[in-house]
Amino acid sequence: MKTFYRTLVLFLMMFSLTANASASDNGSSEEKELDIVSTILHHISDAHEFHLWGEGDESVSIPLPVILFTDGSLDVFMSSAFHHGHSTVKKGDYEFALKPNENGHLHIVELSGAHPWDFSITKNVFTLLMSCVFLLLIFIPSAKKYKKNGPVPSGLQSFVEPLILFVRDEIAKPNIEEKKVSKFMPYLLSVFFFIWISNMIGLIPFFPFSANLTGNIAVTIVLAMITFIITTINGNKAYWGHIFNMPGVPKVMLLIMVPVEVLGMFTKPFALMIRLFANITAGHIIILSLVSLFFVFQTYLVAPVVVPFVLFMSVLELLVAFLQAFVFTMLSALFIGSAVADHH
Amino acid sequence: MLEPSIGLIFWTTLCFLILMFLLKKYAWKPVMGAIESREDSIREALASAEKAREDIANIAADNERVLAEARAERDNMLKDARSMKDAIVAEASAIAQKEADKIVENARQAVELEKQAALTEMKNTIAKLSLDIAETILRRELQDEKKQEAHVSELMQEINLN
Repeated sequence: MKTFYRTLVLFLMMFSLTANASASDNGSSEEKELDIVSTILHHISDAHEFHLWGEGDESVSIPLPVILFTDGSLDVFMSSAFHHGHSTVKKGDYEFALKPNENGHLHIVELSGAHPWDFSITKNVFTLLMSCVFLLLIFIPSAKKYKKNGPVPSGLQSFVEPLILFVRDEIAKPNIEEKKVSKFMPYLLSVFFFIWISNMIGLIPFFPFSANLTGNIAVTIVLAMITFIITTINGNKAYWGHIFNMPGVPKVMLLIMVPVEVLGMFTKPFALMIRLFANITAGHIIILSLVSLFFVFQTYLVAPVVVPFVLFMSVLELLVAFLQAFVFTMLSALFIGSAVADHH
Repeated sequence: MLEPSIGLIFWTTLCFLILMFLLKKYAWKPVMGAIESREDSIREALASAEKAREDIANIAADNERVLAEARAERDNMLKDARSMKDAIVAEASAIAQKEADKIVENARQAVELEKQAALTEMKNTIAKLSLDIAETILRRELQDEKKQEAHVSELMQEINLN
């Protein structure tokens, strides 16, 4: 897996600036590139602490709470107790340690062989909570204003209202039958704004932002799963009929069609999951790779090239942040719409 | 990194579901309700504006019609008045003509009567004068009473035959 990412990062770096390829390939620069790859992977991965600056033992980071379930016992402590992996944490019968797995990713293990369930507030969970708080702080006051000020929007309201109308008129209405739109609006609005805000939080390059939340497969898996569940439980007769008894198809062909259609039920949310994950992660990797050029060349002279590129990519990622939220919501609406449509 | 961590799955599910619930209850419902009611009121306002426009058009058409009717009525009245005037004038002139004819006729009759009277008087006067003259002549001529009378009655006879 690490090889895959290393190839991806190297490819993106070469894509960004071919000068990288002309660097002399002796042993030390090879090692440097390895460091960069693991640094980038570290940045886009989840962690038990919020890394601010510094390398290795001198790194400064904000510790986050660790919550572990080990065979029915709950242990809570701050991640600073691991001292960057140098110490173990003894809690009752268990001794926890922070160990890199085969991919170099740090995770918590129990030394006596028990399996701890890790429900820690990691960097991504922290960002997730922050994203939720932002959403609540943006939308609940805006909604209250409608009660207070009447139907004419002002302030924050006039910013969020066009976006809400955009989701309803450009995403929901074209894909879902008119009278069923309002039933699915809460999910579509929530998922749209959650993805968008989370994407943008990930683009801000300093604490408490910068976490690659929507580029984490666990998050996208949950969102895609919710779309899948909504689609499945709301699927009407026509939807299931389309899968198991495609109208106008000879019965013999159904032997082939049914497995394909059933597979299609799962590939749609799977594609949602991968698309969001890959797009956001790739954006983070590109920007980090461009910034890493300073460390590859070990000079500030690359700034005239790197800074405009990073700026360009950041702006592009702002667009992608919106676009991926739009695409995810649009496709969710499309899948839901086709599952509840009365006829095809 | 491609293996999803159970903790993040758990937290994402929990947070997202709570987020969706809270937003649905405190944000999306009031906002969508407000937007929909506003859209309804806009739709109604547009419809009533359209209706008002139609009403105004109808009123204008009505006005036009009433005006046209009034104009037609005025024309009729003018025509009636003109014909009435003509009739009155014609009648008056007819009456005047008749009256004039009558006056002329009366005058003619009066003149005729006067003429008749004058003629009668003139006859009488002439007859008297003639008698006087004849008397004078006869007195001179006819001394004799008998002759005289015979002659007078003869003369009288002659005059009557006239």
